[in-house]
Amino acid sequence: MNDTPGKPTPVTGATLDEKVKNARAQLDAHVRETVRWHFSPDTGTPFWLDKAKTLNFDPLTDVNGWDDIKKFPFFEDEWLRGGPVNRWIPKGMKDRAWYVFETGGTTGIPKSRVVCDDFKIDYEMFSDTLPEKFFPRNSNWLMLGPSGPRRLRLAVEHMCQYRGGISFCVDLDPRWVVKVIKKGWMEHLKAYQDHCIDQAMTILSANHDVRCMFTTPKLLDALCKRLEQEGSSLEKKGITGVFCGGTEMTSQWIRFAIEEYLGPKVYIAPTYGNTLMGLAAAEMPTAKEKYKIAYYAPQPRAVAEVVDFKDYNTLVAVGGTGRVLLTTLTKEFFVPRFAERDEGEREAPSEKYPWHGVSGVRPFHETAATTTVGVY
Amino acid sequence: MIKIPVLRWGEPYESLEADKVVHFATGEVLAEVGRANAAMVERDMRFAQRARDVLREIPIADLLQMMKKAGELYAKAELPLGDGTQTPAQFARMQSATTGLPEHMCKFNMEKNNFVLGNMDKILDSLTRGLDLNVLSRGYGIEARGVPISYQAQSPVLGMVLPSNSPGVHTLWLPIIPMQVGLVLKPGPQEPWTPYRMFNAFVQAGVPRQAMSIYPGLGDIGAAVLNSCPRSLIFGGTATVEQYKGNPRVQAHGPGFSKIILGDDKVDQWEKYVDLMADSIYTNSGRGCINCSGVWASRHTEKIAEAIAAKIGPVQPLPPEDPKSGLAPFTVPGQGEGVNNDIEAALKEAGVTDVTGPKYGNRMGKRERCVYLRPTVMHSASPDTAMAKKEYMFPFATVVKCPQDQMLEKIGPTLVCSAITDDKKFQRALIDATHIDRLNLGPVPTIKLNWLQPHEGSIVDFLFRARAFQHEGPVTA
Repeated sequence: MNDTPGKPTPVTGATLDEKVKNARAQLDAHVRETVRWHFSPDTGTPFWLDKAKTLNFDPLTDVNGWDDIKKFPFFEDEWLRGGPVNRWIPKGMKDRAWYVFETGGTTGIPKSRVVCDDFKIDYEMFSDTLPEKFFPRNSNWLMLGPSGPRRLRLAVEHMCQYRGGISFCVDLDPRWVVKVIKKGWMEHLKAYQDHCIDQAMTILSANHDVRCMFTTPKLLDALCKRLEQEGSSLEKKGITGVFCGGTEMTSQWIRFAIEEYLGPKVYIAPTYGNTLMGLAAAEMPTAKEKYKIAYYAPQPRAVAEVVDFKDYNTLVAVGGTGRVLLTTLTKEFFVPRFAERDEGEREAPSEKYPWHGVSGVRPFHETAATTTVGVY
Repeated sequence: MIKIPVLRWGEPYESLEADKVVHFATGEVLAEVGRANAAMVERDMRFAQRARDVLREIPIADLLQMMKKAGELYAKAELPLGDGTQTPAQFARMQSATTGLPEHMCKFNMEKNNFVLGNMDKILDSLTRGLDLNVLSRGYGIEARGVPISYQAQSPVLGMVLPSNSPGVHTLWLPIIPMQVGLVLKPGPQEPWTPYRMFNAFVQAGVPRQAMSIYPGLGDIGAAVLNSCPRSLIFGGTATVEQYKGNPRVQAHGPGFSKIILGDDKVDQWEKYVDLMADSIYTNSGRGCINCSGVWASRHTEKIAEAIAAKIGPVQPLPPEDPKSGLAPFTVPGQGEGVNNDIEAALKEAGVTDVTGPKYGNRMGKRERCVYLRPTVMHSASPDTAMAKKEYMFPFATVVKCPQDQMLEKIGPTLVCSAITDDKKFQRALIDATHIDRLNLGPVPTIKLNWLQPHEGSIVDFLFRARAFQHEGPVTA
């Protein structure tokens, strides 16, 4: 399948320094283009055109690069709750076909994001980071993750198609799971998880030549446990690559998964992201690096910063700990400086990702106690 | 600082994640405890049956001897702990430093655990009502009167989700190993000390290490233990108890709401029982589920409250190493303030009076890393106030005015009820009251235990099912 129009070109350079410099230039240009698009009277997004009236600067003339993003106030995801959702559709794209993806929504009105091609581009970019050896082209996938009005369902299927395969999906309603957890119905939770794993086992047993899969950490645990109980394993089932995401994962967890369930012949690609941004990718963690998971946002379409807990305008030094601040910059969606409910350590640029990343991602310590993790 | 690993069927596992256990007063890091992950617990249960199998290779009589020896080692020996060792004095100091319980109370708990281990033969004899313990091993046997019997283990292991705040609860799981059932322990975040020390004492006494696992960690570990073990005990608040109500796999231990009731025939002599009431409220810093949280009488309640307040109200916090220290602080951030706020909210209801507050000074005392709540006595003019049903983890009680003929209807679930009455009719009603778990008739402090009697449900009944068993010809199993 061809690339979806709008996919950025990879950053080039002879040295890491040169790549870092070029990546920054690409980001500056992308910021100018994106901000002008969303704030122009002809192409702009109704929400941002309205918001511009409250700003003390003119986004059309005063934003000339990444540093100027700081001029915007922090994005509040509550703005995404409720309608009309069309206020988020840029005028310049109003004639396109739109999807809506939701997040939350177990009780009350969920947060919504409208999407046209972003999920395709984001997952195509992520696809390009996967090693061919473990994620062979034209192989089929198992999508063992949430269904319903969520990005993951469509995005994983698109990525699979982009790579020439077919995606086999399960039914999984995470909102019901949250309700079950809140009611304390642990036996129902277990039964529902078993129901999901049953579906995955059926797909894996049906000779569909499934070689790759998406799943969440908890479902990977449950699937591997079931396979082991039946004298099998992902490797024995022919799976060579696992794309894992959806919820937080720790170094200890991924070490456990690699050492005790996956073995050396199965690759696991941890990811970090949410409906508001693209997908931050990571190299497969290794024992040598103490299974550190270092994520890199898909620049220039999204930027993940690690900022001081007390001053979100100040980046922490490489290796320092701070809150994750996300910015999304696409023609479909502009999210400046959204303070994620996560914290982590700032990572140095790498050859593959010549911009800063974040590792050790975990729930932000001030809100951790109130967050229900473990949806699926 | 000691590094303490996860123990997977006795084998140390160095986790990449660890939690620091700190001294509540100084902030000193006393230990780094490895953090397990939930999938590890669930995967390890592949070997749960092996835990029982290795224990069944050892006769119960021998295991009982090992328990005696383990008790001595636990109380007196320098034992391994993670990458270091720990003497009994260090144990008491560390337990006090992280749970807040004064050192002398920690030492007393050590003696209690040693006593239980040393008398395990008598305790099991009582808990099983004199059953030949080999029946638990074999699964079947014949009673002295010639009747075939069978007791079937319902799980090869017992899961335990342990609390941080009350080292006294450990006595509940000590009889498990001699019943040839393995242990899967999730220690409380502030109290890893007892499970690890007991493990090392057991191993040195000859118990196979493969029979025991210790999985420290966050809340997901507790859920994994409950999910993986066919039988588990959990300690928590009222919500936890409600959550697992009726679940045959889980025995939930929560607040005791233990009470002292003065019958109409004795209440005019209330002054004779003031020490008993004060001790029941105050002993062990009021932390236990068997500590009294309510004194119920039909008259003289204001005077009773004042008399108890006069006994315990003046108590001030002292350093944990002070032998006179009687108060344990709240070391979990926010917990002490939360309790105090809850009390203040309940105080707003009509008919509720703070008896200690005005006379004996501020209830709450904040320190840098902990909060002390001083002994508190409330008076409730009615059994229907929220305060009449409150229980907290410090010396706290409400003296409730309630007509005797309404008491049993109004007291609610009660773990220990000490009823001071000779009224035959009232005694009968108390004996028949199904919401009273442990009944003391007469002037018995709620905190007085008889180790030969079960605590909040027999652990033997929880782990073993009595069933019919018949055979024709020899049984060779």
